[in-house]
Amino acid sequence: MNTADQYLKAIYLLQQMEDGPAATGSIADMLDVSPASANEMIGKLESRGFAEHEKYKGVDLTDEGITRARDALQTYCILERFLANVLDVEEFREEARELEAVIDDTVAERLDTIIDRNADCPDCFDPESDACRHLEAANETIVE
Amino acid sequence: MSVGSRVNSDHQLARLLQIGIVLEEVVEARTYNHYQSLPDSALDPEIEELLDHAAEESAEHRERLEEIIEELDSESVPFEEIETLVESRYGRTKPEDFDGVLYDQLCNEETAYKFYDDLIEAIEESDAEYSIDRERLLDTLRAIREEEAAGAEEVTKIMERRE
Repeated sequence: MNTADQYLKAIYLLQQMEDGPAATGSIADMLDVSPASANEMIGKLESRGFAEHEKYKGVDLTDEGITRARDALQTYCILERFLANVLDVEEFREEARELEAVIDDTVAERLDTIIDRNADCPDCFDPESDACRHLEAANETIVE
Repeated sequence: MSVGSRVNSDHQLARLLQIGIVLEEVVEARTYNHYQSLPDSALDPEIEELLDHAAEESAEHRERLEEIIEELDSESVPFEEIETLVESRYGRTKPEDFDGVLYDQLCNEETAYKFYDDLIEAIEESDAEYSIDRERLLDTLRAIREEEAAGAEEVTKIMERRE
């Protein structure tokens, strides 16, 4: 997943959590980058028509930005689910975060053919827990 | 979340190579099963040879990746189970005809190429030291990447000839 898509996904999730525009500081925190880097990328996303940035208010995704962010989130969900269900990785959230930049969406599409994803993906993704709600529920059942 | 792609540890490298192995498994299973699902009238020696070669190459790539993983300081995963899983699930999106098989094969080669290309770049971007010699690792991955590129070219040529 390229850097722009990682930003779009982060903004999308932050907008869900904050129920409004995503603050630049929160975006930088979520992606573990400097505010200057975040500002630079937000400017690029704006010029490409994916986001609108209003000073002191934050960043809103455009419809096109939302579509791309949801695709990126789906790629991320595939990776999390693949790590958890196929490779039996317990720390699937941490590993997905580490690996997402290296996994392209075409690669994720192929991995998707051997996992079970719910029809409501990526709406079932819970930004607070950073994982799919169904995946969380399944893991809790296993732990019990 | 970390922006920018770097492979920073043996563990991360091993995990990515495992993903590569599963990807090769998926490619091989799809290739084989899709061809088998075609009616006899659509069978063709040229395509059969292409797919046989692709499956052999995929198996060989898996072995090379497994050899690297064995040298790394990381836990392994039960690949017999994964093989069974892939085998039972290959057919979620079957191509419906002859052109579909070729097109699917082209996507397979291109996807694998993209995977190795991104992996090589992420290793090059990192200054981490791995248990395996970095140059040998990169040489192996670059050689596999070139074979994927050659595979994609081969499929494209066949597709063009048949247009």
